Amino acid sequence: MPEYMILLYSDESVEMPEPGQPGFDEMMGAFMAYNQMLIDGGHWVSGASLAPTGTATTVTVAGDAEATITDGPYAETKEQLGGYYLVSAADLDEAIELAKAVPIPFGHFEVRPVAFRPDA
Amino acid sequence: MPDDARPDADAPAGPPGLDADVARALVELSRRHAGRVIGVLASRFRDLDLAEDAVAQGLADAARTWPERGIPDTPPAWLMTVAKRNAIDRLRRADAERRRLERVAPDVLERTRPGTAGGRHMIDDHTPDTPSDPEPGADATGAGDGTDLTALDEGQLRLMLLCCHPALDRDAQVALTLRLVGGLTTTEVAHALLVSEPTMAQRIVRAKRKIRDAAIPMSVPADPAERIDAILTVLYLVFNEGYLSHSDGPTIRGELTESARRLAIELAGLVPDHAESHGLVALTSFLEARRSTRLDTEGDLVLLEHQDRSKWDLRTIGVGNAALHRAMSLRMPGRFQVEATIAALHANARTADATDWPTIATLYGQLVAMTGSPVVVLNHAVALAMADGPDAGLRRLAELDGLDDYHLRHSTEAELLLRAGHADEAVVAFDRALALGPPEAERRHLERRRSAASAA
Repeated sequence: MPEYMILLYSDESVEMPEPGQPGFDEMMGAFMAYNQMLIDGGHWVSGASLAPTGTATTVTVAGDAEATITDGPYAETKEQLGGYYLVSAADLDEAIELAKAVPIPFGHFEVRPVAFRPDA
Repeated sequence: MPDDARPDADAPAGPPGLDADVARALVELSRRHAGRVIGVLASRFRDLDLAEDAVAQGLADAARTWPERGIPDTPPAWLMTVAKRNAIDRLRRADAERRRLERVAPDVLERTRPGTAGGRHMIDDHTPDTPSDPEPGADATGAGDGTDLTALDEGQLRLMLLCCHPALDRDAQVALTLRLVGGLTTTEVAHALLVSEPTMAQRIVRAKRKIRDAAIPMSVPADPAERIDAILTVLYLVFNEGYLSHSDGPTIRGELTESARRLAIELAGLVPDHAESHGLVALTSFLEARRSTRLDTEGDLVLLEHQDRSKWDLRTIGVGNAALHRAMSLRMPGRFQVEATIAALHANARTADATDWPTIATLYGQLVAMTGSPVVVLNHAVALAMADGPDAGLRRLAELDGLDDYHLRHSTEAELLLRAGHADEAVVAFDRALALGPPEAERRHLERRRSAASAA
């Protein structure tokens, strides 16, 4: 079965509820339900939520030259990569349906087929 | 119908060659049926390239054997059988090759595995005729599975849906639809769309690679309405590309209107409850019926009001009327039906004066609401001018935001100003239109009109 990476881009400056705040349990509940849906449907491979881009460090390599280290994400964009799901799906249509169901209200989710995964 | 092409009883006994009947049958087969067979095989074997190669080989087989053996009773069923056998042969050869590699160099196989995804082929998915390996032509009567018309139609719809999949960009959708569904060669598609052949070849290869590597399926979704609309949009674009082209373009562009209308008719047959598909058949029929009168002998545009209506093709207008009636009876309005209704009011008016402009103006108003297109606003202004006088049209134009770089905006304004008696302002507007470098035929027309305005 093909695998797809769903890269989740959304505006990280939008305030998300913190633990204990109103709305937090609902948000977490939606993600738990989504994750459980992936597991029950045999789609789950892996997934992660990333810390904000303020914590990012970019390592730039250029052949034999010394790698350079810069503060911040690779590209400054209006929406940032905030997490990913790696899913197993029958085909692109199914992967697109899974992406549509991610419980993030606004954003762009890039769906890319996995070409090769050594640990698969 | 061409499906019943008779066995060629009086085929020439002389030297085998592509006599006219065989040549006609081959073009018919590749334009009308090759796509269906590709659709069936590609969904069965889950490999578009394999299906396409097998069908191409089948068409070559036909060109080689038909002149001698005659045209088979049902060419589509013949192609289905032969192409399926070709596909199976190719898979067998690939399988034998893979096993040989497995023996001599298993490491090579391991390294090439991810990209080629050999495991996706469904060689064991089909009926028992595989192991018994029928002799050529044994099931050419169409008795085998997948050769009945329902399966071929299903294949055609799946292939159309695949070519117009939203994961492909619009240019790729258009190219794939013409190439795979319409049966045009890559060279023909390139010439028709005024794109260089290498560019077109690469566009098609890229799209097919994405279909393969991202595993875009050939399935029919549970609610296909939106996906069918995407096919209609592609066919509409293809039709317009051919229809709006001028005589300075290569004649192959006529293939675009023909292919688009033919595929729209086929699609409407495949999804008879989708109102807009009949709407597009109606629209393209009305436009096609008057295509031959759009340009004069010099290749200049002839305005609708001056076209020779006695040369309009009444039979094609009849097809349009029937399709529009069918669409309306489904009570699912849409933009193609509105456009078709406008085209019907023109096509069915015996003289230009008999045109029902007030209704056309109302319909353009609806179309503006549906599409929000500024070009439609322009048409709305023209219709209002025809219904209520040039000042009504000029008022609507004044509300139009944008299109400042579109020569038709300025030429329309110029015509309305001229009719309203403002010749000086009209000359200025004609100059604005001419400054935007319109196509050659329109430039000549605008210059004549500008002279008329400055003489007024």
